[in-house]
Amino acid sequence: MTISRRALLAAAAAAGGGLLAACGSNTGRGDSGGGSGPALSHWYHQYGEAGTEQAVKRYAAAYKKARVTVQWRPGNYDQQTAAALLTDSGPDVFEVNGPSLDQIQGGQVVDLTGLLDGVEDDYNPVVLTPKQHDGKTWAIPQVIDMQMLYYRKSLLRDAGVEPPTTLDALVDAALKLTTRKVKGLFLGNDGGAGVLGGTPLYAAGLRLVTEDGTVGFDDPAAARTLGKLRRLYAGKSLLLGAPADWSDPSAFVQGLTAMQWTGLWALPQVQQELGDDFGVLPFPADGSAGRPAVPVGAYGAAVSARSRHVDAAKEYVKWLWVDRTDYQEDFALSYGFHIPARLSLAKKAAKLRTEAAADAVRFTTDHGWAQPLLWTPAAQTAYQDALSRIIKDGADPERELRTVVRKVSDELRRVQRKTT
Amino acid sequence: MSARTVEAPSTAAPAAAKPGPGERAVHRRRALWFWVFVGPFAAGLALFTYVPLLWSVWLSFFDAHNTVTPTHFVGLDNYTAMLSDAAFRDSLLTFALFTAFIVPATYVLSLALALMVNRVRRLRAFFRSVFFLPAACSYVVAALIWKMSIFNGVRFGLANTVLDLFGAEPVAWLSTTDPPWYWLVVVTVRLWLQAGFYMILFLAGLQRIDPVLYEAAAVDGARPGWQVLRHITLPQLRATSVAVVLLLVINAFQAFDEFYNLLSDARGYPPYARPPLVYLYYTALGQGQNLGLGSAGAVILALIIGVVTVGQARWFGLGRRNADG
Repeated sequence: MTISRRALLAAAAAAGGGLLAACGSNTGRGDSGGGSGPALSHWYHQYGEAGTEQAVKRYAAAYKKARVTVQWRPGNYDQQTAAALLTDSGPDVFEVNGPSLDQIQGGQVVDLTGLLDGVEDDYNPVVLTPKQHDGKTWAIPQVIDMQMLYYRKSLLRDAGVEPPTTLDALVDAALKLTTRKVKGLFLGNDGGAGVLGGTPLYAAGLRLVTEDGTVGFDDPAAARTLGKLRRLYAGKSLLLGAPADWSDPSAFVQGLTAMQWTGLWALPQVQQELGDDFGVLPFPADGSAGRPAVPVGAYGAAVSARSRHVDAAKEYVKWLWVDRTDYQEDFALSYGFHIPARLSLAKKAAKLRTEAAADAVRFTTDHGWAQPLLWTPAAQTAYQDALSRIIKDGADPERELRTVVRKVSDELRRVQRKTT
Repeated sequence: MSARTVEAPSTAAPAAAKPGPGERAVHRRRALWFWVFVGPFAAGLALFTYVPLLWSVWLSFFDAHNTVTPTHFVGLDNYTAMLSDAAFRDSLLTFALFTAFIVPATYVLSLALALMVNRVRRLRAFFRSVFFLPAACSYVVAALIWKMSIFNGVRFGLANTVLDLFGAEPVAWLSTTDPPWYWLVVVTVRLWLQAGFYMILFLAGLQRIDPVLYEAAAVDGARPGWQVLRHITLPQLRATSVAVVLLLVINAFQAFDEFYNLLSDARGYPPYARPPLVYLYYTALGQGQNLGLGSAGAVILALIIGVVTVGQARWFGLGRRNADG
């Protein structure tokens, strides 16, 4: 059999054309999806738990008024969305650990205020408030994540230590629990500056930003509390340089540390490995005005202002994250371990009634704090740098905080100038 | 430049002899082929290098939060903000410190390796390959191995297991600022990765030295070892040394991969061992998205690199006379 040169060329061109078409810009606005109507692309960050991706694709396929394509994006999700929002090839609907104030003021996300009409009270205010600015709602909270302190009951009992309820008790407990093989406490490989963030300030009865938009920790109590974190580090009772960082409970379940700060998401794994031999605590209070604190956060569903089908996208978000409570419940509880953002769903969830999970829900309601919208990345960097220097270098907390307060005030003035 | 060398005959040709129509077609074809081959790369260079570069300079004069098409002109505000930012100045210091460590260390190590490999009589190719192999490893992979298995802070990390044999306490290599053990991790990973490559450059240089010189030195009574190295080998390696140092400094300027992969976590980056590129990455591309400020930093950095490179070229006398060897 002979193949003429012309035929071969034609075949090659056809194959090449097919390949080119296949690697054409896939923005996720494809033709797949269940319904008819406009094509929408919906971005999620990569959840670690098995089944989540299939679940969100199932929800999208069930929507009939638009053809929704789900994009599951591993890697630096925040950076990816930030870059994609600058262009026309970004998502229509995306989940966001925010949106940030600069994104709102830059007009990158669409006002979703009307979507919550009638059910606004059902959303946990601690996560809904940071999604609101100037009386408008910019994202619909999906599920609540929170962090807390896990401790090994048996190790504490053996060392004769009570579960700590004050910061001083926590420092002492960590020292007492530290042996040659086991450290007392794990606050992340950086010594706590990253994961604790503003939590110690809230535990001291302060806050990052006040109601009227000024610095919330310009107070001697702040320096006193942060100084105590230095004692943990200097006393060598912190686990540092573990192969898996704070977000993973490995160090805790492998017995490298007696106590660890990590997320609610770690609860199923800890329960499976340690059975009843663990308990959970909020970050303990410090000082007379102090109260326990746990950080909470929520991914929210937002609509990009660059979307070509803003109204269709809003309608879809309302359908999925407001109307379809069955999907919301499934998403929060069937795969990973989160608290539903809606109070009515959280109340009836059987999984949240076991001992430690019930504690976590109580901490969230009673002691939860969420990063305020006015707390910008620049403010966060300045604060986190200072906290790291206080903890690791033994820098003077008062002097460090003075610099931070100055920087944060500038930053607050900058973002408020834009609003007015 | 290459455009001129190719087109030169086409402009010179008509003066020499009246070209026939066929010759003109040849010239046209040549110009066409020139653009077919060079065009895509020239376009790529313009599109992906010069346009972003100029765009970045333009952005640096604007308040560009979360946008690449800003409208609010702020003049030199971004520059003053960046220069008065203690964290940015710290990052420049970090970087100077890193260069001061890594350039001499790599130079000495790779020269020593080259001298040793050059002396072995058997298995030379084997040793050459063994020392060169790390250069094929990616910075990210090496950084992760350094961070997670060799220098992790728990008792079963490789370095800590060795310390334990001597009864010493485990050290949290990357988390300790006093003493700053993280420098050991950062410097060793880069040394391991790049020493082999520069060893090859030195080997090539060594093999070009005329053996007659060594024989003459031996006849004149020079003691083998330091004296020969100091007066014969090093001067003969001058051209290689200049190239190696220039490359090392440029590589040090680009420090990002191993720092980022060794020290960053989900919550950001610690305030120490933060070179300028890492700092600017967080300012402009992280959650910050302050593209104006980030661009100003990038322009400042580019100017510094330019000044240092020109200074270095002057110092080595590059371009004044053709380097020998």
